[in-house]
Amino acid sequence: MTVHRDDLGDKMGMWLFIFTELLLFGMLFVVYAVYRSMHPEAFKLGGDELDVVMGTINTIILLLSSMTVAMSISAIQKGNKKLALTLLTITLIIAVVFLVNKYFEWGAKFEYGFNPGAPELLELGHGTILFFGLYFIMTGIHALHILIGIGLFIYVFWQIRKDKIHQTDYVWLENTGLYWHLVDLIWIFLFPLFYLIH
Amino acid sequence: MSEEKHHIVSYRTQVFVLLALLVLTGISVAITQLEMGPMNTLAAMLIAGIKATIVLAWFMHLKFESRFFAFMVSAVVVLFLLVLLVTFFDYSYR
Amino acid sequence: MSEANNAHNVSYLEYKGQYKGLLAWIFSTDHKRIGLLYLYTMLFFFSVAAILGLLMKTQLIAPGYTIMGPQTYNSLFTLHGIIMIFIIVVPGLPAVFGNFFLPIMIGAKDVAFPKLNLLSWWFYIIGILIVLTSQFMGDGPPDTGWTFYAPYSFQTPTNVLPAVFGAFVMGFSSILTGINFVVTIHRMRAPGMTWFKMPLFPWTLYGTAWIQILATPVIGITLLLIVAERLIGIGIFDPALGGDPILYQHLFWIYSHPAVYIMILPGMGAISEIIPVFSRKTIFGYKAMVLSTMAIAFVGYFVWGHHMFTSGMSGRALYAFSFLTFLVAIPSAIKVFNWVSTMHQGSLHMQTPFYWAVSFIFVFMIGGLTGLVLGSLATNVHVHDTHFVVAHFHFIVFGGTGFAFMAAIHYWFPKMFGRMYDMSWANLGWGIFFIGFNTLYLPMFYLGIMGMPRRYYDYLPDFHGGNIVSSLGAWVMVSGIVIIFANLIRSARHGEKTSDKNPWGGKTLEWQVDTPPTLENFEEIPTIVKGPYDYED
Repeated sequence: MTVHRDDLGDKMGMWLFIFTELLLFGMLFVVYAVYRSMHPEAFKLGGDELDVVMGTINTIILLLSSMTVAMSISAIQKGNKKLALTLLTITLIIAVVFLVNKYFEWGAKFEYGFNPGAPELLELGHGTILFFGLYFIMTGIHALHILIGIGLFIYVFWQIRKDKIHQTDYVWLENTGLYWHLVDLIWIFLFPLFYLIH
Repeated sequence: MSEEKHHIVSYRTQVFVLLALLVLTGISVAITQLEMGPMNTLAAMLIAGIKATIVLAWFMHLKFESRFFAFMVSAVVVLFLLVLLVTFFDYSYR
Repeated sequence: MSEANNAHNVSYLEYKGQYKGLLAWIFSTDHKRIGLLYLYTMLFFFSVAAILGLLMKTQLIAPGYTIMGPQTYNSLFTLHGIIMIFIIVVPGLPAVFGNFFLPIMIGAKDVAFPKLNLLSWWFYIIGILIVLTSQFMGDGPPDTGWTFYAPYSFQTPTNVLPAVFGAFVMGFSSILTGINFVVTIHRMRAPGMTWFKMPLFPWTLYGTAWIQILATPVIGITLLLIVAERLIGIGIFDPALGGDPILYQHLFWIYSHPAVYIMILPGMGAISEIIPVFSRKTIFGYKAMVLSTMAIAFVGYFVWGHHMFTSGMSGRALYAFSFLTFLVAIPSAIKVFNWVSTMHQGSLHMQTPFYWAVSFIFVFMIGGLTGLVLGSLATNVHVHDTHFVVAHFHFIVFGGTGFAFMAAIHYWFPKMFGRMYDMSWANLGWGIFFIGFNTLYLPMFYLGIMGMPRRYYDYLPDFHGGNIVSSLGAWVMVSGIVIIFANLIRSARHGEKTSDKNPWGGKTLEWQVDTPPTLENFEEIPTIVKGPYDYED
């Protein structure tokens, strides 16, 4: 039996999967839009509680990681295995840093009782409860996707090392890159909607 | 064997794309410091939309793929926006 | 590889790969075996859910407590709905006949991602197992209905969590199947098979696959939000915390309405395959059938609010959804006209698949026309949440997808199993089933208009007469089902063997390959020159 190989088909499949993620997060944005339209002031006050500096740093490093993974694909296409591995490692480190930042951000919110179910939050009114409910759900699911991305990077790194991914067969790297850019895309919208409303 | 020619994006281009994205991020942060009411959200979303388009076109390679991919992405975005619009037929008019 | 066991010599049923016995099935990446795995799973769970339905109808044969109380009744209709919707009709024809026949009908050896295809089935099974745990754990089976409406779904102590999480996992099965089919159709059509030379069943699978991809994530996130409500009190649907329960309904139906098009489109595709063959005439209006498929898939995204007319939406939303609902009926009507026009002046071959196809049109029309009563705002207020709705959706889903599934299995059976079923028993089963089906569901329209609510274990004495007729109909219908299933199951194992490639005189590619097909379907991928259904000789 001949092994069927179709790189374009694989890419198409990945894009279709990306569409599912766009719809998944998209519906969360719909929920956000509905509740923000109902509680504009509370959402503004909620945004004030978030750390713009931290959010901006996370935005910058995530964009940087998109570049590094895109570059790693160019490197593999040019046959430069070492550079590809280096760029992938940087991408991976940034992903971990993002999660560490997120951990500290969330920690601070928990300390002040902004987490869902906290008695302090329940005192603050419907709009604020909804704002923080959405904040934790949306950044939480986003963070889960970063975690999955880290897993993918580790796998792809290992495959490049073993020369299973190389100059004439790099679909796995390309598709992982697409996944990572999706994670970046979601953050591009999450960031202003939560951190930049004052 | 992959039959299509692989377009390789230069490192230079990718750095410029990042710079563009960083500049837009900076504008986004700065512009939302000003008090413009509903225009704030509009401005922030517009800039986010431009950043997203740049990521899709260069990092996600849509600019260099068959037009079909870009068409599909646009169609999905349109579908999503229509769902959002129809949902607000309820919420805006209660 | 030995002569006797290579991919082109031996039927897919006999082929020996690296696994033996049961493992050779549950680890097989052969699209045909995967189709059968879905079929067998569905056969089992359909029987379970049908029995639940029968128990419900038995409870309703008289007012008051007959065989069960309200809590049990509520758990029964919940499980009946969950099984029928998520385990039977949503996977439905795509999972069984799509998997089995899509590659063959477009001239391919398998789907684009065979391993992902197997994973789809595994997600399906794991999802089912998780849902089943909800029935047996401490706090009792869920009693929310398959719709899990907020706020009750996060307030009830019953086991909602495993039920919604199981449904969430099953969603991945649907998504992966959708991705597989879109890529397969784009990339693996045989040389010469242009888009408009592709038969109509693959076209409907294509439209359906897009809905699977773009709508399923919506129910995914909605169910996750219910989990978040139950576990951490997130507040998004809880009015006490500022949430809007109607937003839950929006999110739920934004998936669940397109989902009904996942259910019906491939059914319509199967009917479009069968009618030309048994009329010895090409399909009337092939392009219109394609365009109406795409139109239904697209417009179907924007009608979800018609499930919510009495929930408290704005006036503007009411008008918009009602208008769009009437719009989406048009492409379906076009299909009915075209099927009838195909039969007109055709040479009709009165055999089992054709009986199912024609009766499909009858029940589908009743379902569709009563949908207009529901889509119209003023009448909706009167019949919402009554048995009128129950009748409507059973006609359109059971009558629609169910009859189409029966038509498809009786059409494609010889090709799938290399055996023929007993036609007399099949026709008898069909007849008894058809009488029972109508006796069961037609009275419900009347009962609903008269005011009998749905999802209640009891009713006013005024409704007793109609309920007696309906419940007796249930028993007749189930007798029909027993005959049909017994015939098919017996025949799959002991039926008259056949290697006739084309018992019905069909023109599509599956009738040119071996009966049953070999592992890779084609010795050599054909080159296509003609359109499908070419009966012009």
